[in-house]
Amino acid sequence: MTALIHLDKVSVRYGAQTALAAVSLNVEAGKIITVIGPNGAGKSTLIKVALGLLPPDSGTVSRRPGLIVGYVPQRLNIPAALPLSVRRFLAMAAAKGDWPAALGRVGAGHVLHRQMLELSGGELQRVMLARALLRQPDLLVLDEPVGGVDMTGQAEIYDLIAAVARDEGRGVLLVSHDLHVVMAATDEVVCLNRHVCCAGHPEAVSRHPEYLALFGPRVAASLAVYTHVHDHAHLADGRVEHVHGPHCDHGGGCAHG
Amino acid sequence: MDEFLTRALVAGLGLALAAGPFGCFVVWRRMAYFGDTLAHSALLGVVFGMLTGIEPSLGIVLLAVVLAVVLSLSQGQKRLASDTVLGIVAHGALATGLVALSLLQSVRVNLMGWLLGDILAVGWTDVAVIWAGGGLALLALWRLWPTLLAMSVDEDLAAAEGHNVARARLVLMLLVALVVAGAMKVVGVLLVTALLIIPAAAARSLARTPEQMAVWAALLGMAAVISGLGGSWRFDTPSGPSVVVAAVVLFGLVQLNRR
Repeated sequence: MTALIHLDKVSVRYGAQTALAAVSLNVEAGKIITVIGPNGAGKSTLIKVALGLLPPDSGTVSRRPGLIVGYVPQRLNIPAALPLSVRRFLAMAAAKGDWPAALGRVGAGHVLHRQMLELSGGELQRVMLARALLRQPDLLVLDEPVGGVDMTGQAEIYDLIAAVARDEGRGVLLVSHDLHVVMAATDEVVCLNRHVCCAGHPEAVSRHPEYLALFGPRVAASLAVYTHVHDHAHLADGRVEHVHGPHCDHGGGCAHG
Repeated sequence: MDEFLTRALVAGLGLALAAGPFGCFVVWRRMAYFGDTLAHSALLGVVFGMLTGIEPSLGIVLLAVVLAVVLSLSQGQKRLASDTVLGIVAHGALATGLVALSLLQSVRVNLMGWLLGDILAVGWTDVAVIWAGGGLALLALWRLWPTLLAMSVDEDLAAAEGHNVARARLVLMLLVALVVAGAMKVVGVLLVTALLIIPAAAARSLARTPEQMAVWAALLGMAAVISGLGGSWRFDTPSGPSVVVAAVVLFGLVQLNRR
């Protein structure tokens, strides 16, 4: 299967500061890739590079020709002086879409005629998701899509994202700062801390004893937790030191250690 | 009615018509200080025009366009906040203009005319230039409207959805520069941004869509020109400030109406 988007050893520097170091990533149709990492790990930079908003200093970003992207930013700072209804906001992305149905799908059917500035944080997130889906995107790029959404709503939105990938064959690139809780439907989890710490299938690690001890089997049923085998240590100056643990899977392509 | 008053009225109405929609983007995209910076540099443009032997108005337009390009390029740097950069350019250009003017001892410039505007001195050629230029600027704005609106909501989102953000941003800055250069004739360097932001701000509470706001801003600006020039004629007050006072009064009336 050809990738919708492929990042090959992408590096980005802001002055002397390295934001991304040799990050490689592949998003295919129907697959959900979740990027997790702490604040300052380069998640926003990664999204900017993937969207083509920021050219990498080295490495390549290849997008499938004609790729349609639906993007849900972390937040939207609509100027207070801009009168804009939800309906109009949706129409800006899809002039002939079925807006009520799109809103209904994300559980925000009641806000169609409201002004954007009157929406709550959770409603705004849902409206932005509806707008991205209205574009019929090949690739959905989501930056913290459940910010401001209550717990029940979070599960609903994650279910919807999973359905969008499974049933409609859209690729999903999802970013979260939440290190512990990622959705069960994720196909691959990428742990980012300026470089790719590790990447893998969350189910493999969800059976990890450490994970079960941490969250218990009940949470495990609905949410997968990705505890990566930490085979390296982060030094104070930002360098990475390889630590050979019991599950060390460092291959020949490893850039550090 | 005297012919010079007719000319002033026609020129002012043309300008307010163009300033309304552009003023909305100035308000939405926080470009008020950008407009001020271009206005402050106008005096330097006048001097530049005199030194090179071209029309002072053309000198203003050329300098405004150059500054718009320079400021647009400087947005890429992260070291200084954009309002700091604008402050340096604005006051640097104003001070340089005043110093250069004092060195040109052979020519006398009506400084008050430039600072406060001299709409009663516009000729029919100026009127034609204002209407033609304003019409072209509005046409360009209409073509770029979807992109500019998407950018006003969120630049990254607009770029991700395939809008050419960099081009639209530059064109908007150039067009605002032209409107500012034109508006200077009417209200002068000191008050030029007022003609952009006050009608747009007043239009905010009357509008439910971006387009309604643009139309209301144009209408309110034109109303301010008519009542301002009328008041200036009736009470023998300076024309530019009178138009701005009328705009502020209209803004106040709209706020009262809202409650």
